[in-house]
Amino acid sequence: MTPFTALKGIAAALALSFAGTALAQSTLRIGLAEDPDVLDPTMARTYVGRIVFASICDKLFDIDDKLAIVPQLALGQETSADGKTVTIKLRPGVKFHDGEPFDAEAAKFSLDRHLSAQGSFRRAEISQIDKVDVVDPSTIRLSLKTPFAPLMAQLTDRAGMMVSPKAAKALGDKFGTAPVCAGPYKFVERVAQDRIVVERFADYWDKGRVTIDRIVYRPIQDSTVRLANLKSGQLDLLERLLATDVAEVRKDSRLRLATGTELGYQGITMNVANGEKANGPLGKDVRVRRALELAIDRDAINQVVFNGLQTVNNQWVSPTNPYYQPKFPTPKRDLARARALIKEAGVATPIVLDFMVPNNPENRAVAEVMQSMAAEAGFDLKLRVTEFATSLNEAEKGNFQLYMLAWSGRTDPDGNIYSFASCKGPLNYGKYCDAGLDGLLEKARSVTATAERKAIYEQAAAKWINEGSVLYLYHRALLFAHGTKLEGFKVMPDGLIRVTDLKLKP
Amino acid sequence: MLSFLPRRLLQLLPTLFLVSVMIFMLQQLLPGDPALVMAGEEKDPEVIEQIRKQYRLDQPLPVQYAYWIAGVVQGDLGESMRIKKPVSELIAEKLPVTIQLATMAMAFALLIGIPAGVLSAVKKGTAWDVGANVFALWGLSTPNFWLGIMMIFLFSVQLGWLPASGYVSPFEDLGQSLATTVMPAFVLGNAIAAVLMRHMRSAMLQAMSADYVRTARAKGLYEHAVVLRHALRNALTPVITLGALEFGTLLSGAVLTEQVFSIPGFGKLVVDAVFNRDYAVVQGVVLVTATVYILLNLLADILYVMVNPRLRT
Repeated sequence: MTPFTALKGIAAALALSFAGTALAQSTLRIGLAEDPDVLDPTMARTYVGRIVFASICDKLFDIDDKLAIVPQLALGQETSADGKTVTIKLRPGVKFHDGEPFDAEAAKFSLDRHLSAQGSFRRAEISQIDKVDVVDPSTIRLSLKTPFAPLMAQLTDRAGMMVSPKAAKALGDKFGTAPVCAGPYKFVERVAQDRIVVERFADYWDKGRVTIDRIVYRPIQDSTVRLANLKSGQLDLLERLLATDVAEVRKDSRLRLATGTELGYQGITMNVANGEKANGPLGKDVRVRRALELAIDRDAINQVVFNGLQTVNNQWVSPTNPYYQPKFPTPKRDLARARALIKEAGVATPIVLDFMVPNNPENRAVAEVMQSMAAEAGFDLKLRVTEFATSLNEAEKGNFQLYMLAWSGRTDPDGNIYSFASCKGPLNYGKYCDAGLDGLLEKARSVTATAERKAIYEQAAAKWINEGSVLYLYHRALLFAHGTKLEGFKVMPDGLIRVTDLKLKP
Repeated sequence: MLSFLPRRLLQLLPTLFLVSVMIFMLQQLLPGDPALVMAGEEKDPEVIEQIRKQYRLDQPLPVQYAYWIAGVVQGDLGESMRIKKPVSELIAEKLPVTIQLATMAMAFALLIGIPAGVLSAVKKGTAWDVGANVFALWGLSTPNFWLGIMMIFLFSVQLGWLPASGYVSPFEDLGQSLATTVMPAFVLGNAIAAVLMRHMRSAMLQAMSADYVRTARAKGLYEHAVVLRHALRNALTPVITLGALEFGTLLSGAVLTEQVFSIPGFGKLVVDAVFNRDYAVVQGVVLVTATVYILLNLLADILYVMVNPRLRT
């Protein structure tokens, strides 16, 4: 036997032992683009963390594939005529992973914890809740300070996740190291940066829809390596496939591509009133901002950088969202009009702009395409590629004129605009401030009827899209790839992986 | 023979103190506010304020340092802001991974580098020498991440022999543990083997032309005894220093290689912590790494003395 054949034999034996373990356990292996932060629904902050929560922590409500709010641990809700009292009926017979019953007391405990725990990231999301009362063992009543339309949507996310009071009291601020919720899978172990393992919860309230025994989430940051793992059979499903890898997945008969459109968007924040750098033609003259928009061809960016996979748009919600405003279609590129607007504004060209771009290959590519397009209208975009954490600090300080920033998106339209466009919004880096717009955004928060709300947002759009400080470019495609063994996978609007109804063929 | 040891150990204390101050101060030079990064997408001002208070980011630097170092002295390296786990636990989790990877990489480096260096010196000018030099040039000029990705494509995607990434502890399953670490260890070891080979070769060439080697030959010793017992033993001294330094570097984490193979070791831990401005983790890992590095240097000094009797006085 030559050394080569010996090596081959050892390697084959090792590979076999790997495959053997994978088969025996009915394990779904999911490749994540990042390592999640703490797994406590009250303290968690990251998008990738929400993907893991989708298997371990059920919420009072969920969204369906049409973005409609549907009950999960709740059976339904009733909002009083004045919009200030919300009564929620809870699902009976639900147990937490530690065997404790899920009832009104537990629901009150979870919501109170979100509202008052030290370090809670949920407080701001549901701060309109004044108090939570237990009506009977299966009913809670939320008393609100003011009517708050986005509340139900908040309860479809982490703020609606219910935790076992017993476990939460026992573990305190360490709850995230061993979370106990009421989802289809229970937490088994976590090795930071390596894996998070969960296993099927035998007493799950909807257990008929759960068939896979275990799920292993593996953070693999490099997208090429993530795909290599899928191709070599070490993963069954991966999230955030690169747009440039779509063709490769499509031509591989062992792989499937699944796509959707994100709730968020990719946009450019323009500095209109945040410090010294706002004191230029872009910050001071709305015509210059419009000229910049008209100089840019969103379709061309989409084709050149993303092979046409993204959904171009000029609004904070996508064209399929019920709150999309068809009266404000995305303008086509119009160089003549852009040049005319600059001339009308009486500004000398080139208009030099400091364009801060958080460092990643896609952002850089988009910025470079924009740079060459804008140059034709008389803009000179100086790209400043900056590490992400540093860019946040720079944005706070107003050290930019253009800042490329993505938003992961929220179910309720309020979550995509309020913090960015209201005068005191924490994400309003451009510091655009208009009392009229503020009033409209507040009003839209207090109205629950979709048609009426949409009409209010239409007025807001007239102001914000024409004068505001965010230039929306496109909604990113949610790209997943999986092996042919996995069946039943559907891309949901929020991009989170629902693990019920998934099947893994042997 | 090791009379210098207590003195060297005493010298460790001020060195470590200086290192701790430097780690702390250098980190403050990082642009970006940890509270902003930690505050998630929403950046609620109330939450940002709370984070500052909770992690004492609102206190003056000397106060922050005093709290940190007081904890360190008592064995408490603080807590990760991101995943709320004690830093010491994270280090305890990652250190065995990094040690395993570093040891395997070093084994590859030594097994390839030293014989190749000796061979090319002894057979100077022959095809062996040229072959070893070509290998060294290749090892030095191939970027780790590229070699890593190519190996994944060949051995995992095309041939399906080895897992593409991940890590399994040897105590859990030795076979799988070796399967997951053999590629990254080879990638890391390959580059070091090249460096070792070059140094081994020049040290050997020097030793082979020394008087004592001529004397040994004149005594009628077999050539392998001359090479291995006389020349190699003397030529090893500089290679040991180099090996110890390289091993120290390996222990501080191999960022790119760990990233490519998704090995949850020190490198990945510290890089993620830097990007997330998870100060306590960065400080803890760097402090432990620096300590290990200093101790390895000390170990190299001890090894010299053992290999080279002339240093024993």
